[in-house]
Amino acid sequence: MNPVLITQLTIFALAVFVGFEVISKVPVVLHTPLMSGTNAIHGIVVIGGIVVLGTAHGVLETTLGFIAVVFGAMNLAGGFVVTDRMLEMFKGKPRSGPK
Amino acid sequence: MNSVPDFIPLSYLAASILFIIGLKRLSSPAHARSGNLIAAGGMALALIAMLMAPDLSHRGLILIALGIGGIAGVIGARRVAITDMPQMVALLNGLGGGAAALVSTNEFVQVSRMAFFHSHAASFTGIFGAVIGSISFTGSLIAFGKLQGIVSEKALTSSTLRTANIGLAALILISAGVLLAGGPGYWFLALLLAALTFGATMVMPIGGADMPVVISLLNSFTGLAAAATGFTLDNTALIISGTLVGASGTLLTQLMCKAMNRSITNVLFGGFGAAAPAGAAGAGAATTQRPVREITAADAAVLLANIRSLIVVPGYGMAVAQAQHAVRELADALAKRGVDVKYAIHPVAGRMPGHMNVLLAEANVPYTQLFDLDQINGEFAHADVALVIGANDVVNPAARTDTASPIYGMPILDADKAQHVIVIKRSMNPGFAGIDNPLYYEPRTMMLFGDAKGAVTKLLEELKTAG
Repeated sequence: MNPVLITQLTIFALAVFVGFEVISKVPVVLHTPLMSGTNAIHGIVVIGGIVVLGTAHGVLETTLGFIAVVFGAMNLAGGFVVTDRMLEMFKGKPRSGPK
Repeated sequence: MNSVPDFIPLSYLAASILFIIGLKRLSSPAHARSGNLIAAGGMALALIAMLMAPDLSHRGLILIALGIGGIAGVIGARRVAITDMPQMVALLNGLGGGAAALVSTNEFVQVSRMAFFHSHAASFTGIFGAVIGSISFTGSLIAFGKLQGIVSEKALTSSTLRTANIGLAALILISAGVLLAGGPGYWFLALLLAALTFGATMVMPIGGADMPVVISLLNSFTGLAAAATGFTLDNTALIISGTLVGASGTLLTQLMCKAMNRSITNVLFGGFGAAAPAGAAGAGAATTQRPVREITAADAAVLLANIRSLIVVPGYGMAVAQAQHAVRELADALAKRGVDVKYAIHPVAGRMPGHMNVLLAEANVPYTQLFDLDQINGEFAHADVALVIGANDVVNPAARTDTASPIYGMPILDADKAQHVIVIKRSMNPGFAGIDNPLYYEPRTMMLFGDAKGAVTKLLEELKTAG
């Protein structure tokens, strides 16, 4: 087996445990922001899009890479913004004044 | 890319650490917002480092694509109503899945110019990313359509669809096998088309109330697809982040399934909504003749004015009627009279995990009043009144006692244990699953008929005149 793959599998396996450990601490009340926040994090796939667009040859590859970057950028920008909007609403004390 | 400068992988490491710290801060609503910003900072760091890579061509195009996507994402995210959050998350999730599928496909196209993938392991992850990303893409779009009301929310069971799904799954496996064995490239096209179709036909038959499971599952799919592209491109940031998301989605899927006492295969292929009415019709016919106690808003207000503790049980019906603001005002008015108000939130009370909490937070309900099933169930016995608004199956005691009930075994909120139960409901029609609810016929239960918003507003007015 090639050493790169072994390193990748090691990282993957450790990330699985870290993921479960960290996520299981998130209270039920925040599950929607958790989901939209992790949603934004998988927008990192945009980096993959940049790699392919940055090494593309020909129209097909350039088009595919371009769409991938647009999709990924929408995913991550939209994800972080909606998460912030939701988290802003979570207040610990009853607010007085206008709703 | 043999000569990657050190700062790129180092920035990926930093970004991964920031993601984990950001997620850790989500463990409390008090500093959750900063967690999201920390994660966003990690993302910005990784992106900037990537853009500084020396051997990158098409820089202009990359920046244009980032600009278009970024601006569209921000505008969409700012404009969307908080009540439309599930479809927004579904849409963004689909875009991520689509991007992962495109990256995998592109990699296939690029590398197949020279030869097949670098190695069999790389080709496996490339295929995995393309398949899972495609399923997530079309599946999320259908879920978006269902939540937005473009596609019917109804659960379908069609044996044709089921056969088609089995056929598509088989086609995916066969083309993946052929490709892994070094077969010709056009099989990749078959693989993609089959996966795209499968995503749509998998989500199509699933009913609206099962959406929390579907969205969680699709979330984990996109995460895994992103992780797979990380293997293909040998990019640690993608592997770590994708895996974190995959773990999160998987955990939420498990929680949602547990909250409905169903397995994931049952949700995906069981056709719950279509199977239940047949069984429930008999049960319904036997019970609809039983008397219920009706209460007027005026009487209910007098009752509420003289209690010490209230537990509100909101269901999706409350959100549909847009009654959350009225409910919060009622709760405030009661709190002023010294009533201890709490909200009992069932895990599947909305259309995505935790959805009801967001809806109530938007109506300015402090999160310190929101309690999940395990926290609140012991308290119903001490509560003077349980006020059930637009919820049905999640307070159905048949889930505890009636082994013949389709929802038997599902964890429920024990509203029936409160001293009095007031149920606000439009009519005696059974809910989503078509299952009759014995709670309505209990002697301590009073039915306040009307739509959630109107009834709560009226209650509030009556409460004010009650002095």
